[in-house]
Amino acid sequence: MIVTLEDVRHIARLARLAFDEEELLAMRGEMEALLSHFSRIDTLDTSLVPPTTSVLPLANVLREDTPHLGLSHEDALQNAPEQEGGFFRIRTFLEDAFPRVPALQGSERIPAKT
Amino acid sequence: MPKPTIGLEVHVQLRTDSKMFCACPMEFGAEPNTRVCPVCLALPGSLPVLNRVALESTIALGLALHCHITPFSQFHRKNYFYPDLPKGYQISQYDLPLASDGYLTLPKESIAASFKKVGIIRVHMEEDTAKSIHGASLAHNVGYALLDFNRSGVPLLEVVSAPDLESPEEASAYLVELRAILRTLGISSGNMEEGALRCDVNISLDRGTRAEVKNLNSFRAVRKALEYEFQRQCERVERGEAVLLETRHWDEAKGVTIPGRSKEEAEDYRYFPEPDLLPLEIDVRWVEQVHRSLPELPEGRRERLASLGLHPSEAITLAHNPELACFFDGALEVGAPPKETANWLLGEVQRILHAGGKSLEETPLTPVRLAELLRLIQQGVISSKGGKALLEVMLTSDRPPAELVEALGLAQVSDPVQIRLWVQEAIAANPKQSEQYRQGKEALLAFFAGQVMKKSFGNANPELLDRILKEELQATA
Ligand SMILES: [Zn+2]
Repeated sequence: MIVTLEDVRHIARLARLAFDEEELLAMRGEMEALLSHFSRIDTLDTSLVPPTTSVLPLANVLREDTPHLGLSHEDALQNAPEQEGGFFRIRTFLEDAFPRVPALQGSERIPAKT
Repeated sequence: MPKPTIGLEVHVQLRTDSKMFCACPMEFGAEPNTRVCPVCLALPGSLPVLNRVALESTIALGLALHCHITPFSQFHRKNYFYPDLPKGYQISQYDLPLASDGYLTLPKESIAASFKKVGIIRVHMEEDTAKSIHGASLAHNVGYALLDFNRSGVPLLEVVSAPDLESPEEASAYLVELRAILRTLGISSGNMEEGALRCDVNISLDRGTRAEVKNLNSFRAVRKALEYEFQRQCERVERGEAVLLETRHWDEAKGVTIPGRSKEEAEDYRYFPEPDLLPLEIDVRWVEQVHRSLPELPEGRRERLASLGLHPSEAITLAHNPELACFFDGALEVGAPPKETANWLLGEVQRILHAGGKSLEETPLTPVRLAELLRLIQQGVISSKGGKALLEVMLTSDRPPAELVEALGLAQVSDPVQIRLWVQEAIAANPKQSEQYRQGKEALLAFFAGQVMKKSFGNANPELLDRILKEELQATA
């Protein structure tokens, strides 16, 4: 099979998971097992099966645009790690200024200030 | 001189009553985290359901932009980690955008170049993220961010233009036109200051390597960033350096673009079909139904208004302001003449509103009442100058215009006997000027007209006055 350690590292980074070398090797084995299982599907003739993303015979499940309040402010914040002035308060991510740039976590998590 | 090639990627917040995948109310400026539920907070076990109005608004915009509406569409998950995105993915669209392959036309007068089509590559739906406020404002919050999930799950459209724009001015004109379409459809406030329109731009020289500039949040920023970026790329080329494929950010304070952090890895969002949402099947009848419900769009509107004899710039201004255009049409419906209506509505009315810092809706002025004002002038009941004085009062009082004319003493005097009397008095009081006029100093006609206007408190009928004045000045000889 063709899962390299580099693949595992890349996926782990995307998932913000930190593995040591031993774990990486174990993961590679598991991923290979999974993929080889799925590769059996490739042996089936699917030329007459239309590509589909849902197995339900349904489409266009919509809701009307009618607003109603969801959670109370207190309930919404009850599991917040910290809160301030009605906001969730979290440790900041990187240089702050530029949204859409993925944050680093896992082993690369910014150390807590002491 | 190299030519810039510009494409815009605009995010539009829709103005639905509830969010895209949950019933939380949409309310700009609500207290933080008071418009949230398990869906938009990504609590385990919650499931999204698509808002019908959000979907139909997207179809409407697609049609307004002459796009192809896909008969089959679905949502994908765009996976990435960021604290404003608690699910770990954004529900977006990937290879099946709802609308694609259309265009938008730029009006003739807004730029020096002529009438122009700008390609629209795609319009797709996605959800907005939470709003994060970074801690610099409060000393004890340095190193922290504050999150408000009221914005999480607000319906967004992403509108991607083809790289057909050739100057910062054209990019501006494109944004103005897109905003006009959104406002005319009534599907977004289009307000950049409130974040309802957000713009990323890409720019290259002569279709070479492009740089992207992200998060431009005002019309001014879009223009300035493009001007700066064009200049920067030109200078690189002159120095013999290549333009790099990169994402840059606009520093508003310094007026420069700066490189984003270089990413070690290319973006890898691992898109896959969103299993929590069922596919969309949009048949032709549905599209037709939305099509029939479309209002007159800016493109058609400015052409119709120009055909009524309005100056192109007036037609464009009205087409870009749907509320004003409706007001204009309302006045025409009750018989107001198009040119005068446009003239007054865009001239005197705007001038007074601007001076008072008010909007038209805040005043008691209605299309019918403006039409009445114009009729009073047309019929000679009041002078054009009297009309301006009347308008000033009509913007604060809802008394009928005819009654106000009475109360303010604005009625024009069209009685020739009265006017002749005033003229004779004026001539008698100024024998020297009267003599000079007869010797050929015709400019003095205005002097005498002014004297009579003073006597009549500005209400003498100007045409009548002009005629009688000439007669009397000749007769005195
Ligand atoms: Zn919600």
